[in-house]
Amino acid sequence: MEETSAQQAHVHAPPEGFLRKYVFSLDHKVIGKQYYALALLAVSMGMALSWLMRFHLVWPTTRIPGLELISKAGAPGGIITPEYYLSLLTMHGTLMVFFVLTNAPFAAFGNFFLPIQIGAEDMAFPRFNMMSFWTTLAAFLVLILAFVIPDGPPISGWTSYAPLSAVGKDAGPGMGWGMNLWAISIAIFCIGSLLGALNFIATTLDLRAKGMTLMRMPICTWAWFITSCIALLAFAVLLPACILLILDRTAGTSFFIPSGLVVSDRLQPHSGGSPLLWQHLFWFFGHPEVYIAILPSMGIVSHILINSMRKPLLSARVIIYSMMSIGFLSWMVWGHHMFVSGMNPFSSLLFSFPTLTITIPATIMTMIWMGSLYGANIRINAASLFALGFISMFVSGGVSGFFLAQPSIDIVLHATYFVVGHFHMVMGVASIFGVFAGTYFWFGKMTGRMMNETLGQLHFWLTFIGTYCIFMPFHYLGLVGNVRRYSAFVNDYTGPLLPLHKFITIAALCTGAAQLIFIFNLIYSRYKGAPAPENPWNGTTLEWSIPSPPPWNNFGGKHPVIYHDPYQYDVKGSKGDYIMQDSPEPSAG
Amino acid sequence: MGKLFAVVLVIIALASAYPIVTHMYVMPEDISTHGHQIDEQLSDTMAEAGISFLLAQFVLAFFVWTFAERKVGSKLKNFPGGAKVMVAAAFILVGTEVLALGVFGQRAWANVYFTPPRPDALQIQAQAGQFAFYFRYPGVDGKFGAIHPDKIDEGNQNYFGLDPANEIESRDDIVSAELAIPVNREIHLMMHAKDVGHSFYVRELRIQQDFVPGLDLSVHFTATKTGRYEIVCTQLCGLGHYNMKAYLNVMAQDDFEKWMKQKASEL
Amino acid sequence: MRTKQAFMTGVAILAAVTTTSAVPGGGTVSGKVTYEGTPAKQKPIDMSKEPSCAKQYATPTTTETVVTGPNNALENVVVYISAGAADEPPPSQSAVFTQKGCRYIPHVLAFQVNQPLEVLNEDQTSHNIHPLAKINREWNKSQPPGTPPIVDKYDKMEFIPVKCNVHPWMHGTFAVLKNSHYSISSGDGGFSLPNLPPGKYTVTAYHESYGEQSQEVTIAGSETKSVNFVFKAKPY
Repeated sequence: MEETSAQQAHVHAPPEGFLRKYVFSLDHKVIGKQYYALALLAVSMGMALSWLMRFHLVWPTTRIPGLELISKAGAPGGIITPEYYLSLLTMHGTLMVFFVLTNAPFAAFGNFFLPIQIGAEDMAFPRFNMMSFWTTLAAFLVLILAFVIPDGPPISGWTSYAPLSAVGKDAGPGMGWGMNLWAISIAIFCIGSLLGALNFIATTLDLRAKGMTLMRMPICTWAWFITSCIALLAFAVLLPACILLILDRTAGTSFFIPSGLVVSDRLQPHSGGSPLLWQHLFWFFGHPEVYIAILPSMGIVSHILINSMRKPLLSARVIIYSMMSIGFLSWMVWGHHMFVSGMNPFSSLLFSFPTLTITIPATIMTMIWMGSLYGANIRINAASLFALGFISMFVSGGVSGFFLAQPSIDIVLHATYFVVGHFHMVMGVASIFGVFAGTYFWFGKMTGRMMNETLGQLHFWLTFIGTYCIFMPFHYLGLVGNVRRYSAFVNDYTGPLLPLHKFITIAALCTGAAQLIFIFNLIYSRYKGAPAPENPWNGTTLEWSIPSPPPWNNFGGKHPVIYHDPYQYDVKGSKGDYIMQDSPEPSAG
Repeated sequence: MGKLFAVVLVIIALASAYPIVTHMYVMPEDISTHGHQIDEQLSDTMAEAGISFLLAQFVLAFFVWTFAERKVGSKLKNFPGGAKVMVAAAFILVGTEVLALGVFGQRAWANVYFTPPRPDALQIQAQAGQFAFYFRYPGVDGKFGAIHPDKIDEGNQNYFGLDPANEIESRDDIVSAELAIPVNREIHLMMHAKDVGHSFYVRELRIQQDFVPGLDLSVHFTATKTGRYEIVCTQLCGLGHYNMKAYLNVMAQDDFEKWMKQKASEL
Repeated sequence: MRTKQAFMTGVAILAAVTTTSAVPGGGTVSGKVTYEGTPAKQKPIDMSKEPSCAKQYATPTTTETVVTGPNNALENVVVYISAGAADEPPPSQSAVFTQKGCRYIPHVLAFQVNQPLEVLNEDQTSHNIHPLAKINREWNKSQPPGTPPIVDKYDKMEFIPVKCNVHPWMHGTFAVLKNSHYSISSGDGGFSLPNLPPGKYTVTAYHESYGEQSQEVTIAGSETKSVNFVFKAKPY
């Protein structure tokens, strides 16, 4: 492949000055780290919210000292009110899904490593890239402003179903300006994500180095590329949905609100709208969004597993095609969130078939990962432990999907803790395990210092066992019919479930505390970690051919040339047990 | 560490399966005519999912036990058959399993949603509003009076916004905070949302259906056992969502008639 | 409940004595509020959704929108001086509104502009009190059991319907008035507005279902003038 003029047009001068180097940086590596830091802040807040929620559920009359200072109306005397619980729940979901799961595996690692792994100096549009981060940060600030305003954050969940979210402050506390801020924040977030996705796609298609065909890209690069394609289409639907919601709330339109509604003793001045329209728009985005959350981690885990096993996967192509099938099928299944929503029950059946079918590529991937372990020599460290843990978690979270994909079973499991267990295992644990694995694997490359391996492994054990203790019991609660999004358990049948809830809460608090080990490791290693060599893991892909950390232009002004597929491990006749992609040493492929 | 991973994983898998296998957490007794199909579907799925879960976790544990941290220079090999076997197995095993679940599962769904209510089903209207359920019976004239949202007056227990002063059909309508029904009689429950989205869920009836503002939805069911069962709201509807519930009171036919007479006398 | 009402009214009057518009030994307007016609039946309240409240009643309690007494007496009517008396600064004691047994006690609470309102929750469940103010600021607040009283105040005169967002059958009224000359009709429909300086007054009676009626009265010295109100009751 000829060196394109896009690559040459890309050459830009080295950054100068503190602001250009570290704040308003055009460098994809700095932007990647900025996204990571934002995700870290968001996950800390999101986790703290979940501790408050879990605490309140099992000890509702125990004062949480100091909470009344954070919110006088929300926690009078340190006791969480029903609406404050719901606003904690809403912000927890919003922060985690948008600002953690879309940011960390995709925007953070993708930004840092995609250009490097294809041999480019930077993204195709460095300015758009900088704008996409700062837009995302603006969205974050608008969202957390909701904590500070007197009426508090919204209480309609991260899914913001209409008309609860659309009629305005009559719907309840936090549904005035709190809900406005939510909708504005998510609309801004959509713009940031669209810019980011555009950049990833253009970069992948245009800026690959000589010899880097699409099929020679590492699996994680493919994952980021496929995720960007999904993101471009999905956020393009959420953005107008948020705008329509804002219009209903402020401009008197009635996209989502029918006539005759009496909310808080007031007849709402709307007519003609459809609450189901919001659900369709939201889930048309929302389902692909969960694949946006998991695909990058699948790519990262594949990448790390191969390196840890010292042999390629049984077939990288099958993994890539499976990821593409998941991406394709993800557009056809959104109605499985709406089986009992009042939409045509025939549609529910139609949606259940692609939902069940998506199990096939997911199973193929799991079997390829596991089958590849056979006959390998797996190096065990923090990164590979999290990668192996990912497989276990993905299986656990995935099998509960069998149940929810069937409308008849969904009749009894919808809106119960079974659903909450399912999505937390796949998104809240498996996807995060991909982020942890990526962090332990790539921290040395990103910062020039290695993370502490002992602390990393301790972090793994506590988190692996802890997250199973938290989220596996959610499925049992769901099987009994324990309804979700309740701020207190006052039903006749929930009384006997309280001991299990207490177990979950204690597990959550302990596992949360264990994450402090990770935070400490990050900070400590950033300054005191062992210096990172160029290729500490004997990896084959391009990120291991440059210094740790890489110079501002990645390859020092050189343009790498690619000779091999990305995972040349255990190649007969090669000098070591691996051949790097840019090594002219001949090999099988 | 690799072997420790395998051991921990096996313990976790067994511990996870234990409450399922010992039936520690199960749905309450089914009191509906259609529920048994859902329960069968659920237990078939549990068997398949459970086996897949245990098999996958055990194989992962076994492979990590065997192939982690082997001696330096150990010969590496590939799973016999390679990727082709995996793809074929996934398509055949998983494909047939999921299609079977889908094809057989649709019968239970069809029974609830594709069969219309019987013409002699007892019609009751349910209204869901922040944060309670109220139920309306048409009274001796068999007709429901019109709903006027602007006439809702909760302090006077006029939850539906009826206008008995001007409309005769509303005068005999019976409004109740509990859903009283006769046993073994099909009920056609018409669902009206007063303000925002809510949902109707009775575990023992194996019924869950959202109330959607602006849509005339309904469910129909037959209860086969007398008793008092909780109706809970499962669609987040605001701050009182956790406390939004009512009781389904399934009675023998003559007890139901006595109840109706008592209610009519309070009008 | 009526003793508490009388006590609060008494306290309010005592406090009013220290201000300029009330004159000890001044005139009194008193009388009875009655109804004619058939009032709507008060319906029993099914509190089954809140078992901790339901079990407090051997037989279900009823709605209180029209509370009647012997000889067609009409209770819970707020009788007050709507014109002719000066505004008064508020007393410092709070007007107390209690949530107990999933009812509001008292059903009608009268207090003054800027007088502290204290809302107590004596139930085992969380309530969310929502005064539906149209002239004053509208707010609603959750009050889990065991949390401190809610304290607030209103700075404009208004009759405010009060509901509980969580328990739809709970209804009450706040009568926010400009001075201390008010009285809520009791079991026999009787009311009394003492300590009025000489002058021409408009006496208004407000009932939450039957509306408002006014009559003019002139007080010369320390006599007692009789004023009666008759409301038209409706069956629906």
